[in-house]
Amino acid sequence: MQITVKIKRFDPEKRPRPYWAEYPVEARPEDRVLDVLNYIKWELDGSLSYRRSCAHGICGSDAMLINGVNRLACKLLVKDLGRSISVEPIRGLPVLKDLIVDMEPFIDSYRAILPYLINDDPAPAAERLQSAEERERFDASTKCILCACCTTSCPVFWTNGRYLGPAAIVNAHRFIFDSRDQGTAQRLQVLNQGNGLWRCRTAYNCTESCPRDIPITQAIEEVRREALWGHS
Amino acid sequence: MAVRARTLEQARELYRTNWELVWWVFMRVSGLALIFLVFGHLFFNNIQVNAGDIDYDYVASRFSRSWVKVYDSFLLGLAMLHGVNGLRYSVEDYIKRPARRFWAKVGLFTAASVIFVLGVMTLWAFTYEEMGEAIRALPGG
Repeated sequence: MQITVKIKRFDPEKRPRPYWAEYPVEARPEDRVLDVLNYIKWELDGSLSYRRSCAHGICGSDAMLINGVNRLACKLLVKDLGRSISVEPIRGLPVLKDLIVDMEPFIDSYRAILPYLINDDPAPAAERLQSAEERERFDASTKCILCACCTTSCPVFWTNGRYLGPAAIVNAHRFIFDSRDQGTAQRLQVLNQGNGLWRCRTAYNCTESCPRDIPITQAIEEVRREALWGHS
Repeated sequence: MAVRARTLEQARELYRTNWELVWWVFMRVSGLALIFLVFGHLFFNNIQVNAGDIDYDYVASRFSRSWVKVYDSFLLGLAMLHGVNGLRYSVEDYIKRPARRFWAKVGLFTAASVIFVLGVMTLWAFTYEEMGEAIRALPGG
């Protein structure tokens, strides 16, 4: 099928402002958007820049704003989009070139919530055991691949880059509700402030954009309740 | 799971006051309370009496009752705090420059205080029956 792909291009070395470029592409309905971008880069315009790595929805490199919604280009089929596709870089982070954004502010927020197991007890001889129910408690938030679809779809993050963002809170959730972890107090010290948990306005954009179907807004609410009731 | 403080430092972290948390809880509680207060207000002024029959005497006699003063004070206070805090959220989300954000908040809180003080004065500082007599004594009153 013949489709038209509109891409928001930006190359600060050539043009100071972003501009839209249109590419007519002959694509199969079962092609992924990433295949279409590869075709454009390899056959039509080699200067197009974007990140991709595993191409199977696990590495989280190719998050983009496709037809107005944050998606992974490798998980979205052409047949689900129609004949006209628009692709933009994810919003709220500085664009470096074309579809590549500076992920450093996003990763800074992730680092801030201490995304590793904190447990000062002496390590047991074998593994630290956990029941199936205890594991189930935080199962959803282990699925995050840090693609930034959620944080860059958040209207609060767009206007206020100081907000930690949904991805950081989801990754805090992953450890806060882990029965083996003891770092909740330290994490809540980071989260329980104006630019942390309490700046979320429950817009639900994050939940809708998550390519891993994590119930993000619910996770944020659970961490809020932990901050509110958890220490009584 | 509840976390138990093991050191004094951890205990201090746990019990530090957090105003954003307090405001977040306030927004939930006041929002729920306002639903009942506003519907009560609608009932007293639109269903219990015909809205077209409301005149100065009716309002004056209502405001002379203590329970109405208390009821309306809650309605005024909660609605003002809830609404102004919501606007404060918008200011903090959307105004990026610290100086502009500061002055926007100064303006917002000043306007809110003026309205709040006028409302409290109207509710508590006048005796309506006397006012009613005074108004009726005026020519054409």
